[in-house]
Amino acid sequence: MSGVRVLVGTKKGAFVLTADGKRDKWSVNGPFFSGWEIYHVKGSPADPNRLYASQSSGWFGQQVQRSNDGGKTWEPTGKEFRYDGTPGTHQWYDGTPHPWDFKRVWHFEPSLDNPDHVYAGIEDAAIFETRDGGATWKELSGLRDHRTGSQWTPGAGGMCLHTILIDPTNPDRLYVAISAAGAFRSDDRGKTWKTITKGLNSKYIPDPTAEVGHCVHRIALHKSRPDVLFMQKHWDVMRSDDAGDQWHEISGNLPTDFGFVIDVHAHEPETVFVVPITSDQEHFPPEGKLRVYRSRSGGNEWEPLTKGLPQKDCYVNVLRDAMAVDALDDCGVYFGTTGGQVYASANAGNTWAPIVRDLPAVLSVEVQTLR
Amino acid sequence: MIRVELPAGLRVLANLDREVTLEVPAPVTPRAILDALESRYPVLRGAIRDFITDRRRPLVRFYACRQDLSHEPLDAPLPDAVARGEEPFLVIGAIAGG
Repeated sequence: MSGVRVLVGTKKGAFVLTADGKRDKWSVNGPFFSGWEIYHVKGSPADPNRLYASQSSGWFGQQVQRSNDGGKTWEPTGKEFRYDGTPGTHQWYDGTPHPWDFKRVWHFEPSLDNPDHVYAGIEDAAIFETRDGGATWKELSGLRDHRTGSQWTPGAGGMCLHTILIDPTNPDRLYVAISAAGAFRSDDRGKTWKTITKGLNSKYIPDPTAEVGHCVHRIALHKSRPDVLFMQKHWDVMRSDDAGDQWHEISGNLPTDFGFVIDVHAHEPETVFVVPITSDQEHFPPEGKLRVYRSRSGGNEWEPLTKGLPQKDCYVNVLRDAMAVDALDDCGVYFGTTGGQVYASANAGNTWAPIVRDLPAVLSVEVQTLR
Repeated sequence: MIRVELPAGLRVLANLDREVTLEVPAPVTPRAILDALESRYPVLRGAIRDFITDRRRPLVRFYACRQDLSHEPLDAPLPDAVARGEEPFLVIGAIAGG
């Protein structure tokens, strides 16, 4: 019997939502880690019962939780993220050098073949990995040691490494994205990195086509064509057909090209989903209408998907890690809002229904397809 | 036995009741209490004070006997009433304001 498990991180705890393959009746379990910010929960592709959760608090710091039974029970694991060597400095808001300072884990990306091997993206931006199931974490410091690293400057939301993608056909190749710094690619499992920002154009930085400084909000790829990348930037929806070496804009007819999430249909590599947000100052949907936009042509031509979503008086946001797709035959699409709703579509976005309406503000949504 | 009260976030983390009792060797200081607490509940390491420097996390406070002891040295002896177990040592999450 197939089913899905939706892993939801919120401002005040984690929730695990489950349904069978029909995806019409849901059970809601949680909150786990009640009262703590759960930035991300993600399962291992190699062992779906192995989950990792980033648990953090402005008062009490960072915790990492691990489950071996699909989220029924959890155990704390290693939580020390120490920058490699003498960390040095990056640029602060006032232009002065500022020491790197660990704040929290934004994202876990378990490796494709080993449940004990996981990458972690943190703030201040760096990538770490564990090879012992989270007991110890080691920085892949080649990223922060990139020749541009000392120029990276946080944006208003902090300098977070929020996106980690593993090329499913080549585990040597990793992509990361960092708010207010840009996007980077490694072809040697994270030892060395290159910027992949050619073609990005950001009017909010002094040189709009600079190598770094672009505020990338999210990158997504389809496993069948891992060289094709889709990016939701601070403004602009972008596409690369050569693993990030060159980008071009595909915003097309979107009502606004500001937004946070972007994802790709599980079975159609040219079908892409975004949730347009009004502007960088107005983090809510245009006209108070919550609309997912879908392109079936790899960008530029977008159609609004509205059935089952509120079409008036809706002023929530959808944060960067809060959309995911399942891999059932009729692809499911899921997203969570800062208003605490988690919406699901069991038909690639044609119709939507809330799984749950009144959670704390949703920070992240991941989906596991269980067969 | 020394009595320690923990804030809700740490009770959730360590799956504890509001008050914990600990054997703490004399002299009873904040450092000795935290050492004993973290030894029994390793998940609390790093949540009250920094892993490396031992500095109290900025939004954590230490109170006892109606006094704010947050800015006292970690090795300063605590009031006798705490050492005798008559009063708890309070670990507080600072108010968030608003």
